[in-house]
Amino acid sequence: MAENISFQKVTTEYYDVLKELGNIGAGNATTALAQMLQAKVDMKVPQVRLLDFKDVGEVMGGEEQIVVGIYLAVEGDITGSIMFVLEQHAGRELVSKLMGTPPAEGDFNEMELSALKEIGNIITGAYLNSLAQMTNLKVLPSVPDLSIDMLNAILSVPAIEFGIIGDQILLIQTVFTDDMDLNGYFILMPDLESYSKMLGALGISL
Amino acid sequence: MANIVKVGMADLNVCKSPDGITTLGLGSCVGICIRDPVAKIGGLAHAMLPDSTQIENNSNRFKFADTGIEDLVNKLIAMGGRKARFEAKIAGGAQMFAFQNKSDMVRVGERNVEASKKKLRELGIPLKAQDTGLNYGRTIVFYPETGDLIIRSAGRPEKTI
Repeated sequence: MAENISFQKVTTEYYDVLKELGNIGAGNATTALAQMLQAKVDMKVPQVRLLDFKDVGEVMGGEEQIVVGIYLAVEGDITGSIMFVLEQHAGRELVSKLMGTPPAEGDFNEMELSALKEIGNIITGAYLNSLAQMTNLKVLPSVPDLSIDMLNAILSVPAIEFGIIGDQILLIQTVFTDDMDLNGYFILMPDLESYSKMLGALGISL
Repeated sequence: MANIVKVGMADLNVCKSPDGITTLGLGSCVGICIRDPVAKIGGLAHAMLPDSTQIENNSNRFKFADTGIEDLVNKLIAMGGRKARFEAKIAGGAQMFAFQNKSDMVRVGERNVEASKKKLRELGIPLKAQDTGLNYGRTIVFYPETGDLIIRSAGRPEKTI
C-alpha cells in the first residue's frame, strides 16, 4: 500500500472507465468468438456491476453453482490480474461449438479443458486489447489458468484482491447470445499503482 | 425444524442449537467455527484476509481472520457463552488457481489458515479439527449442538469433521 489513494474516488471514475471498456471489450470479444466459432454471435449491452462481497454470489446466480474461472496475470504498463467467469453450461456450449461435438455431460476432458482455456484466452485478450487501445498502454496477458468450481470459491480470488482496498467487487457482466444466452463476467484487478496509471492515461486525474 | 443461518463473504453470524450455520463456496477464504458446547451456541466467521494490521482499509473487521475471530468470540460471550468452554473448527484456505503468484496473493489461503490458528491459540481456544488447503471450494455447515462441521465440495463425497 505505497500510495494513499481513496478507493471511493477510484471507484467512481473507474466505474465509467469500466463501462466504456465493457462496451468496447465485449464488442471485440463477440467478434473474436464469432470468428473462432465461425458462427454468428451477438451480445447484449454489458452491465457494470459493483457488488458487496456478501451479496456477490447470490446476485450472480447462486454461490454454489459450478462455473469456469479463467485467471490471468497482466504485465506491461498496467500490472494486475484478470478473471473471466463463465457459467458451466455456457462453457459446454462454447466448447461443443468450437470442437464441433454435441455438448457433453460430466467433467470436461483434457481436450475440452484446453479448448476452454483457448476460449478464455480469446475473450480476455479481446478485453485487454480494448484496454490497451483506450489507454495507449502496454498490456500483456500471461498464460491462462483455469479452475472449475463453485462460484463463490472462484470469486474468492478476485474478492480477496479487491478486499485489500475495499469491500466491493467490480465486474462487467456480458451476455453473449447465439441460440441461447451465455453469461460471462469479466473482472479486472489492477494493482493499486496501476489504477492511477490507467486513469491518468484516460485523462482522469486522481 | 432447525434453521440454517447463512453467512456471506467477509461476514459473520451466530446461532443457537438446534439451528446450524453455513457459508457457501469457501475458496481461498477461511471459515472459522466456534461453539460453546454447554450453552449450545455457536458462530461462523468467513474471513478473506489473514491480518488486519497489514491492510490500511481495515474498517470491516469481519474481513480479516484476526479481527473476525475476536468479534465472533465477543458475540458468543454476549450471548451467554463462556470463553473457557469454546472450541473451534476451521475449513477453507484453498489455492483455487495454480499461479496466484502476485505478492498480496501468494499462498493467501494458507496464510488465512495460519492466521486463524494463531488467533485461536492466542485466545486459548482449542482447534478440534480442520479441513483446509488443497485446490477446491468448500461449502460448510456447522452445528453447535454436536460440533459437527459438514463439508461439501463439487465432485467429492460429503464429509464431517
